[in-house]
Amino acid sequence: MKELLWLIVALPFAGSLILALFSRKLPRFACAIIGVGTVSMSAIITFLISIDFLYNNPTGIPYNQVLWQWMDVYGLSAKMAFTLDTVSLTFVFVITFVGALIHLYSAKFMWKDDGFARFFTFMNLFIGFMLILVLADNFLLLVLGWEGVGLCSYLLIGYWFKEPANGYAARKAFIVTRVGDTALVIGIFILFMTYHTLNIQAVLDSAPSTWVVGSGIATITAFLLLSGAIGKSAQLPLQTWLPDAMVAPSPVSALIHAATMVTAGVYLIARTHVLFDLAPIAQTSIAIIGAITLLVAGISALNQQDIKKILAYSTISQIGYMFLALGVGAWSAAIFHFMIHAFFKSLLFLGAGSVISVMHDEHNIFKMGGLWKKLPVIFWTFLIASCALAALPLVTAGFYSKDKILWLAFASDKGSVWLWLAGITGAFITALYTFRMVFVTFFGQIKAQPTQRIGIWMTIPLIVLAVLSFAGGFIELPDNMGHVVLFSNFINKTLPVTTIKELGHYTELIFQLIAAAVAVSGVVLAYKLYFGKKFPADEPQRDALQRFFYKGFDFDLLYDKVIVTPIVFISRINKNDFINQFYMGLGSFIQLLNKALSATQNGKVRWYATALVIGAIIILTIFYS
Amino acid sequence: MNIPMEQGILLAALLFCIGLTGLLVRRDAIFMLMSVEIMLNAAGVAFVVAGSARGQADGQVMFIFILTMAASEVSVGLALIIQLYKKFKSLDMDRASTMKG
Amino acid sequence: MILACLIILLIGSGLLAWLAGRWNSTLPRLISLAAILIQFVAVLYIWIESKPNTAGKEWITSYSHTWIPAFGIQIKLAMDGLSLLMSLLTSFLGVLAVIVSWKEIKKRVGFFHFNLMFVLAGITGVFLSLDLFLFYFSWELMLIPMYFLISVWGYENRTYAANKFFLFTQASGLLMFLSILGLYFIHGRNTGVYTFDYEQLLNTSMGPQIAFILMLGFAIAFFVKLSTVPFHSWLPDAHTQAPTAGSVILAGLLLKTGAYGLIRFVLPFFPQASHQFAPVAMTLGVISILYGAKLAFAQTDLKRLIAYISVSHMGFILLGIYALNEMAMQGVVMQIIAHGISIGALFIIAGALHDRINTREVEQMGGLWSKVPRMGAMALIFVMASLGLPGLGNFVAEILILIGSFLTNKTLTIIATLGLVAATIYSLRLLQKVFYGKENKHWEIPDLSIREMIVMLSLTAVIIWLGLFPTTVLYESKSSVKKIIEEANNNYNNEGKESIQIKKAKNVPMPSTALIEGKQNLIIKHLNAN
Repeated sequence: MKELLWLIVALPFAGSLILALFSRKLPRFACAIIGVGTVSMSAIITFLISIDFLYNNPTGIPYNQVLWQWMDVYGLSAKMAFTLDTVSLTFVFVITFVGALIHLYSAKFMWKDDGFARFFTFMNLFIGFMLILVLADNFLLLVLGWEGVGLCSYLLIGYWFKEPANGYAARKAFIVTRVGDTALVIGIFILFMTYHTLNIQAVLDSAPSTWVVGSGIATITAFLLLSGAIGKSAQLPLQTWLPDAMVAPSPVSALIHAATMVTAGVYLIARTHVLFDLAPIAQTSIAIIGAITLLVAGISALNQQDIKKILAYSTISQIGYMFLALGVGAWSAAIFHFMIHAFFKSLLFLGAGSVISVMHDEHNIFKMGGLWKKLPVIFWTFLIASCALAALPLVTAGFYSKDKILWLAFASDKGSVWLWLAGITGAFITALYTFRMVFVTFFGQIKAQPTQRIGIWMTIPLIVLAVLSFAGGFIELPDNMGHVVLFSNFINKTLPVTTIKELGHYTELIFQLIAAAVAVSGVVLAYKLYFGKKFPADEPQRDALQRFFYKGFDFDLLYDKVIVTPIVFISRINKNDFINQFYMGLGSFIQLLNKALSATQNGKVRWYATALVIGAIIILTIFYS
Repeated sequence: MNIPMEQGILLAALLFCIGLTGLLVRRDAIFMLMSVEIMLNAAGVAFVVAGSARGQADGQVMFIFILTMAASEVSVGLALIIQLYKKFKSLDMDRASTMKG
Repeated sequence: MILACLIILLIGSGLLAWLAGRWNSTLPRLISLAAILIQFVAVLYIWIESKPNTAGKEWITSYSHTWIPAFGIQIKLAMDGLSLLMSLLTSFLGVLAVIVSWKEIKKRVGFFHFNLMFVLAGITGVFLSLDLFLFYFSWELMLIPMYFLISVWGYENRTYAANKFFLFTQASGLLMFLSILGLYFIHGRNTGVYTFDYEQLLNTSMGPQIAFILMLGFAIAFFVKLSTVPFHSWLPDAHTQAPTAGSVILAGLLLKTGAYGLIRFVLPFFPQASHQFAPVAMTLGVISILYGAKLAFAQTDLKRLIAYISVSHMGFILLGIYALNEMAMQGVVMQIIAHGISIGALFIIAGALHDRINTREVEQMGGLWSKVPRMGAMALIFVMASLGLPGLGNFVAEILILIGSFLTNKTLTIIATLGLVAATIYSLRLLQKVFYGKENKHWEIPDLSIREMIVMLSLTAVIIWLGLFPTTVLYESKSSVKKIIEEANNNYNNEGKESIQIKKAKNVPMPSTALIEGKQNLIIKHLNAN
């Protein structure tokens, strides 16, 4: 069964290729079958392999499958090979399973679009690259997947290419992530220089004996890898591309900008955890970056009107939580939150997409209202997902995953009370903006009538994801609630167990109660402020501070002034290449000489005679002096 | 009465310079030819003086050569000047500079 | 023998094409297509034949023939892994160039194909010749037909571009010739044997200053050809004004002759001088990468933009060559091939677009994806290649070069890696301006024809193959690269020693000694007969 690992990756690529070559000849229905079918088959194979993995491999030994030798150049031997261990299996499961659901949803969602086949070509290509990323056994192959998903993100964000703003957003995403990618690549150079191999496991095995904890080179490498992760996962300071990427179709936002690509950074850090253990400064920075990002993004989300932008900032914020967890060494908690977040965030995006499409492309939540009766399925699934996002206690998966992170942010050896405070504040803000979104969109006065219904094919994914958002958390319950540790045991076969401080017996209960209380109070505040109130069509941007938050703390302005404008200016000024002027000058000089010398050939006999005489006198004086 | 050689050579040099100046300064073709004649004759004087100073006849032989050459040169030159005059309608040699630059 | 046949085939078909052009326009096209296809198949045949026994043998095949024995000049051609790959690239791009110019060139077709074939013959000569005089001869042979290609069939500013190209390359070529003569005389004075033979000149011992000056002569010629900043000024104009086939040959092959010259001649002949010069050269490489990228970003003429992309990628090659280790050099070989393919494809697309809408200004384009989706898809693939997307050939090349040069010089490599971001910026601008966004003008144009699609699909297949299975190329060039780097580094390490012995010199059959042996045999036979 495990030998079929390569099929999981090959199927989406095959689907993409077939669609790219033959889509013109195939009817739309066939394109949908190919597009959705390949990912679904990958999901099925994943399911079978996971059963095999869980039962036949209790210790979680990684399974390697070598396909062919990619490069073999004087010390650098990179193979096309896949490594499947518990962490990558989790990611593969989410990618294929949630991916299949989203593909199914988008078959109906994008049915009327002209570029239907093109959409699925790119989506399948994306799934293929993402799978390579998480299954890669060496850093170069990881970079292949890494850049590949960046490409597909560019193609899908700019999918509706006729609108120039979409192209701009797509370019922004690609370029900003490329900045992070460059840092990652430089980190890989250092790794090769030190270890003479780029096989991930080999590097991680020899790292503790090669680098001293806290050494300069380890720290630099860790920071470079972190920069790559920051770019892809849209954390501060490279987060500016994600809100603009919302011009993509909603299934794209669900798949790429919620569940998979943006979590690639989390995967990278988790995978290379040994290096971060060797560079404590870098690891603490991860936590700090996560903490700051989750606050900044949460506050920005609170001030948005576009439903997708709220969800975008929410994604940035939730990934901040994952970074926070990684930074304090809570590896399995981070991956757990990744999985749960994939469920509810993609559900939220799919729901938002449905709302937008039945409301005739209206994005502004203040132009919606009272939809809960008209769109029951969408409403209930959206509500379940929102509860998970807000981490309402006990009944949502989000509670278990987020609570674990909050607890470990305090209780871990590397945690601190400040990190916990940031997290808990963030939780409050999360609950607040989530239910602001729910109440304004679905309750209150009906501003516009939804006209369409969504079909069964769009409903099934919503329901499945809702069930997962509810029940997914039950595989990992805290110590005092049944101590179910199925998930962390699974992950801890690959990643180390988090070491926690010695704390009192009831401390965890206290923290859970605080977290629960905070979440509920956020909901209550949202209820008080936004339920059933009348709003003008636009929530007015009253003052500069609100506008500042609305623009996401205006990083765009900063980057524009400091980086973009100078580069464009220098480019434009030197468009004609000042070096060319040197050669043109040389040419002009020669022409000048030409003019000067031709003046001596003026056709006058007396002139020539004079020249003769002078020349003769000079030669005679030289030779006879 | 012997004339010192230096004075003879000096005469020749002077005549040569006069001829040269005339060649460079004059614009009229015939005057240029006349100046060339003066230069040729100056060279001849130099040859004769040198020959007599050594007591050999070579100098006078050279002078006959020069005379002959001058005569043929003048005839060709005058023929050319007639053609030039037909083309440019003037004897000003500065006009004949169509090949310039 | 087969090597000489390759060149003779091209020359012969060129002359035949010129003659045939008098009667018929299609005949020259067919003749040159047939010739270059035969050449391609022949080189493939050599490759396949050479596979079982590449180990240990120095040259896959060689050929030599005396030419002007009074000066020690022979026609000496030899092919090793590196030149095999170069010849493959030459014939492949040659085939594409002929196919691409099928409809584009309408006047004086015979003369066009004559020039095309002669350019290819010159390039093949450059890649194969082991006699320095023959090398210089081929070098100059490349120039003049290229000049005609640009100035007769080019676009509006063609005379200026052709003149500039010719003057730059010719002037730098003269410097190279002076260096060749310098080598010739020094070797002659040292050993008494006056020869232009590559292998014999390898062992020339000379003082460090004179070696540096001679190296500079070669290096400047190759830098100009490789369009390193600050010698790159000829390239944008030449590439922009040339017809499509001309641009493909220019960007895909001519630039690479500069790289090849550096690898084959400068590094082995002048190891110490190369090591001394390496930091400067690597800096120039990095400057080329970034400056070329900056200029590419600002252009509004599509072909000019692609030309500056070339400058940027050539910077990577220069960086890799002077990193002086095997990994970077393998990356350089890979980059030569991958860049030839990807930039050729981009020029073909630009040419196809120009054929349809008669302009190269990107401000006149926009939103073309909906009109010409196949062209858009092809452009997407090759733009992604030029920005170094993994899975395509250029990534393998760039990563090998960068890792290799990182081992030599960390700071410069880090700056060069910024070139990756710069590449993204200009590449995406190209795509956006031409194929996405609003339509600036409503063009009704046909999509790529079958002929054009065949060309583009074959290029796509090659670039994807190179990206996923680079071992085909890397394995082939492994031994040649290893040998060259050993020579460049061994001699550097043996600096103090008097005579620099290279063990390989014994294995090579020297034509001159063969002649002497031949004469000896004749004398012996003659004596025996008596």
